[in-house]
Parts: sequence; C-alpha cells; structure tokens
Amino acid sequence: MTAETPTRPRNTQPAAWRHSDILDLDDFDVDEIETVLSLADRMREVLDRRIARVPALRGYTVVNLFYEPSTRTRASFELAGKVLGADVITITTATSSVVKGESLIDTVRTMRAMRADAIVMRHSMAGAAYLAAEHTDAAIINAGDGSHAHPTQALLDLYTIRKHVGDLRGKRVVMVGDIAHSRVARSDMWGLTALGAEVVVCGPPTLLPRGLRPGDRPAHTESALPPVIIETEIDRAIEGADIVMALRLQSERQQGGLLPSLHEYSQFYQVTAERLKRAKPNHLLMHPGPKNEGVEIAATVASGSASIIEEQVTNGVAVRMALLYLLSGRTELSGEEAR
Amino acid sequence: MATLAIHNGRVIDPALGRDGIADVVIVDGRISRVGPNEGDMVVEAERIDATGLVVTPGFIDLHTHLREPGFEGKETIRTGTLAAARGGYTTVCAMANTRPAMDSRAAIESVLREAERSGLIRVLPIGCITRGREGKELAPAGELAGAGVVALSDDGDAVADPSLMRHALEYATRWGLPVAQHCEDPALVRDGQMHEGWVATRLGLRGRPASAEETFVARDIALAELAGGHLHICHVSTAGSVALIAAAKARGVHVTAEVTPHHLTLTHEEVAFGGADYRSIRYLANAKVNPPLREETDLTALRAALRSGVIDAVATDHAPHGQGDKEIEFDLAAPGLTMLETSFGLCMKLVHDGDIDLPTLIERMTIGPVRAWGLDIRAGFDGLGTLAPGAPGDVAILDPNADWVVDPASFASKGKNTPLGGRTLRGLVVATVYDGRLVHETGRVVTL
Repeated sequence: MTAETPTRPRNTQPAAWRHSDILDLDDFDVDEIETVLSLADRMREVLDRRIARVPALRGYTVVNLFYEPSTRTRASFELAGKVLGADVITITTATSSVVKGESLIDTVRTMRAMRADAIVMRHSMAGAAYLAAEHTDAAIINAGDGSHAHPTQALLDLYTIRKHVGDLRGKRVVMVGDIAHSRVARSDMWGLTALGAEVVVCGPPTLLPRGLRPGDRPAHTESALPPVIIETEIDRAIEGADIVMALRLQSERQQGGLLPSLHEYSQFYQVTAERLKRAKPNHLLMHPGPKNEGVEIAATVASGSASIIEEQVTNGVAVRMALLYLLSGRTELSGEEAR
Repeated sequence: MATLAIHNGRVIDPALGRDGIADVVIVDGRISRVGPNEGDMVVEAERIDATGLVVTPGFIDLHTHLREPGFEGKETIRTGTLAAARGGYTTVCAMANTRPAMDSRAAIESVLREAERSGLIRVLPIGCITRGREGKELAPAGELAGAGVVALSDDGDAVADPSLMRHALEYATRWGLPVAQHCEDPALVRDGQMHEGWVATRLGLRGRPASAEETFVARDIALAELAGGHLHICHVSTAGSVALIAAAKARGVHVTAEVTPHHLTLTHEEVAFGGADYRSIRYLANAKVNPPLREETDLTALRAALRSGVIDAVATDHAPHGQGDKEIEFDLAAPGLTMLETSFGLCMKLVHDGDIDLPTLIERMTIGPVRAWGLDIRAGFDGLGTLAPGAPGDVAILDPNADWVVDPASFASKGKNTPLGGRTLRGLVVATVYDGRLVHETGRVVTL
C-alpha cells in the first residue's frame, strides 16, 4: 500500500509542502504552516483512538540522534514514529565523545547508509542540523540546535493556540524569560508572526538578544528578524495578553553573571496569578517544559484553569506525526493508511 | 649579470611619489633604473611587456600564517609562499603560532632555514611575546631579535595580563621591536562565535562584541604610552577602534595598525547569508574569523582610516585551514580565512567603490607596512617596499580592471577556506617578480 493508492480521495487544492528538511520556521510560508496544522488535526484523531497505531509510515525509518539529553522531545518523536508504523531507533550520545571521534557529518552519512529516511537531531550547538542537512539527503528534523531553533515545538505551540483561539491575527502572545538563549522563543517568533499574532518578548535586559529591536539594525534588514515588541517590565508585557508563555530559566544564567539570583528573577519575572490579572480574562497559559515551578512560573498557575501545558505535550506527538508523514513525501493521509 | 626589464607599465611607487608610464630595470636582483624608455637602454635582458598594466613594488604582508612547523596539513612554507607570490606578495611576516611556537632562536632559525630551502619569496619571522604564547612569562626578545624576528606577537591569544603586556612593551624597546597584539579581551568574548549583533541573534550564536576589541585597544594604547613602547594593533575591525587609534596617534603614542581585506569588504551578514537574501540562513564556517566580520558602519570607518593613514597597512591574516577544520559544527570550526591569493582583488573593491585611490592602496600594501615596522632599517632590506635604485628587485604587475572568478580549488594555498568561492573580483595580479625573477605569472605576461 502506498500513498498513490488510486482510491485516495483527491483534493482540488493540493496541500502546500515544499520542505525536504525542517530546520526552522523562518523559511515556512503561511500555507505550509497551514498544511502541517490541518494534517496534525487528522493525526490527533488517530492518536486519540483506543489503539493508536496505523500503517501510514510502514517501512519508513526514523533515527533520533540526540547529542543532548532530552526526555520529552525524544519520547514525543519516538511515539510519533511508532503510531504511524515507522521503525524508530534512538541514539543518545555526548557531544564530547563526538568531538574526539566520529564527526557529525560521518555519523549522519552512516545513518543514511543504513537507510534511515529521517534523522531527528538534537544538538547543543546552533546550526548542527543545518550542517547535517547539507551533507545528506535523509530528511533532517531539527529537534533543537543550541540557542537557535526548535521548529517542531513552535509548530505544536501554533497548533495548540489555534485549537483555542482560531485565527491568530491580532492576538497578543507574550513570551517571558530567557529570550536570548531560547530556541523555543526564536522559532515561536517566526511562526506566530507569520500567522499575524502580535508577539511580545519580555525578560531582564541581560537575557534579551541584541539587534532584535528593529531600530537596532539597518533599515534594509527589516525582514531579517521577526517583528516583535520588546519589554523588560513584565506587567507592561502581560497587559491585554491573549496568551502568556513562560520560558524555562537555566540555573547556569546565574553563574554566568547574567542574573543576581533565581530569587530575584522570580520576584521580577515569574508568571503569577496576580500578574496574569492584567491579561485578557480568557487568556491561556503555556510553557514548553520542563518547568521550574517557583522560578519562571508559579505552581498554582502552571496547574491552573488557564494552563494548556499538558495539551501542548499531547499535541506535540500529533504535530510530529504530521511532520514525519509530510517528509515521507505524502501530504494527505489516505483512508487506508489511517485505518 | 641577470637583467630583467619591465616595459611600458604604469609604475606606481608611492614611496618616491612616482605614478607614470615607465620601464623598470632589475639587475642581479636589485632595482637598477626606473624611467621612461630605460629598458630600451639595456642591451641584453629578459623583457616583459607591461603595456596597459600597473607595476608596483612587491606587496608586503605583516600577518601571514604559514603554519610550518607543526601544522603542515594546513600549509607549508612552500605552499604559503607560493600563494603569496600569486597574490603579488614578495615579503611575508610569518606568525608565531606554530608548533613549537616561535619563542626560541632554534625555532626562528628553523623557519628561516626552511624558507631559504623551499620558500619562493622573503619570509620574515615574528617571535612570541610570551613563552609558549601562554601569556605568563616574557619570551626572550633579545635572543629572538638576534635570530632575526621583525616583531613580537602571541597572535590569536592576546596577552591578557595588563602588567605583563606593559613589561613586554617596555622590554621590546631595547631591540626596537613592535609588539603586535590581537586586541580582543578573552573574558569578554568568552566562547563567542561571530560578531555580536542581529545576525548572531538570528543564528542563535554567541557574540563577540565590538567592545571586546575596543577595550583592549584602549588599554594597550594606555600601556604603550606608559611603557614608551611600540604597539601594533593587528586586524582592526571596528569603528570604535579606529577612533581610539586616531586619537592615540594624534597625541604621539607610538601605535601602528593593520586591517585585513575581509574586514574592509565583508560584513557579519556573510556568515548567515553569504550574499543571498534574508529568507533562509546557513552557518558558513568559511566566514568565521577572529576578530569577526563586523557591520557596514565599521567597514566605512575602516576604509576612511586606511585612506587617511590612521591605519598604516593592509595585512592579510592569511589563515589556511583544512576542510575538516571547517566542515564541523560552527562552534567547533577553526577561525580564519585563506586570503593571500584574493587580497589584491578584494582590496581593489575600495578603489572601484571610490573609497581610496590606487596609489594610496598600493602605499598601504608596500611602503606602508615597511614603515610601520621599520623593516627597511634591517640589514639588506634597504629600499624594501620601493622601486628606488638598489632596492630589492621585487615587483608586482597588476591589472586593476581584470575580472576573475575565485576558484578555491585552484589556490596554491592548501587552505581553501574562503567565503569568496564563485565570486567575481575585479583586480588581478598578472605577475610577481621576486629578487629579479618571475615567481608567478598568469600567462597574460608577454615576454618580448
């Protein structure tokens, strides 16, 4: 059974999909994002079945290549592959051993030689997935590269937000925390602004990246970064927010001299119930995980009624199913494949 | 008696203020006569027709990594000097970051011996400031001077300890040696990978702020003032540094400075976009260099400083690396560009853009560096960087308007690490003469 089954219902409008790798959302058009989100809907339906397993990706091999520890992203990709019937293997390795031994390019080529169709890569250094993509024709999915990008997280965030608010145009989405080192924030900025949301990033001045403010760079580079509003005061940022997203704060930031203490950080930047009063009454609360409750987010808020954090996790599997399926060269789940 | 006559070129010799059609006659490796029709007076000579071409003193590079000894996989004295000759260079100052480092007479002598044996052009060694380039104890400057070094430098590892830097500047005055510093505060750049700015933000790479350079430039100027020494600032890259150097020079501090062809012409956008639009990014390790490629406003200031003489010299910082040093994660990739063979073509962009005139550019590539380091006061180098009678018979023959496409695979250098592959440069080195002999020619030279 293949995707080219003659009985497959034909859409008059072929779904938009041009990517052979998923490295970041900066080069995604709106119609491609829509393709992912609508396919994720069908995948979510599959995932919610009592026996969540379909043969759509039978014979397709996915290698999870993780150079950096990860629990949720790794598990999410493993499950996504398995639900669709793909063969999934996971390799976890420390970057240090790779530095001494086999190069990244060698490893990726070896995986391809073993007929890996897709390689899901997590790495502590920005650009690692790009390097891999340049040296193999296996599909590369960037599952986080240093401080740079985490496009599958951004797509699951978009999917989750879309489920609740529908059209994102004009919606105020506020990200609070370590913007400078956050790959989630970077990818979310591209995706959210592409769909027309008003994006506010908020953090202490030491954790805001340079050159993000349009006035800080030459006029001709306007399109080179997503248009966002920058705030250092959390109350002003949250004012009128539809969605508030707290970002994980790494404790290394304190040792790096970027923050006086986690305690001071929580005083000025923790997302609390009190501060959320400034948001719209029906606001939503998100977090890419793993959370440091009591640091960037108050425990009561994380488990409160506005929180859609667990939904993000479930949707992550569906979105990753959609992405693996799209990269396999198909765009619509046929009836047989979904059975 | 070996005679070479170069006929009818536009001879530019900034040291003597010459710019006009003339012949250059070299006898036994020394400039003999320069003037209209001088070549016709010579009865028996090898002859080159330079009609329509520019004839200048051979270029002089204050900052070349020849990699030998220790890193012969990246470059050797043979391949490095061959690359230099192709770039119009007849003298290169070899950087001290070899293995072993250039901190002993034996190390310096080994380089001079190898240059004598396999080098195509003149190699002047640079010694270390500190032993093993470790930034802890002074290297033996007197011994190094005796062995023939022309400057002291720890290259990429700036001398961070201000007290040690002060004493290095003081001590070197006894031998009249410039102390050449890579000005970037290691504590401020930490593990920065490129210029700190919007491109680094887009790429998620840690930045090396311009202020990391400027704080060290300011500090070292103050130390040179205190020590009464000669500070040379390597590869100036920011507008702020230019202002500091201009002010120091104005109040009489003995400070000289160099700038690279790449810092004059390429910006940090090169790392992510390589000349393409902003839609998608790459991580181009061939554009990774320390100090990093900066912003347009820095380029403007650097060009103005080169024109005015605040910056004394163009230096290549030719830094060849193997493919394996660059085709790895960007954070792990070795910094540096191979530059000798593209230097003139890249610098000519300043002339074509109207930022500097050709004689001034030639000045900064010939007599400018010679004067900056006082190279001509050393034995046998009288007239170096000029076409004065008796000067070394070193000449570059140039076509400033010839277009050529950069093909790294065809480089003489072992290092193919350039972001310029496939690009067209306007400005070609047609031939290079060293010691009265042709050491490079493109096939466009007509022998009469």
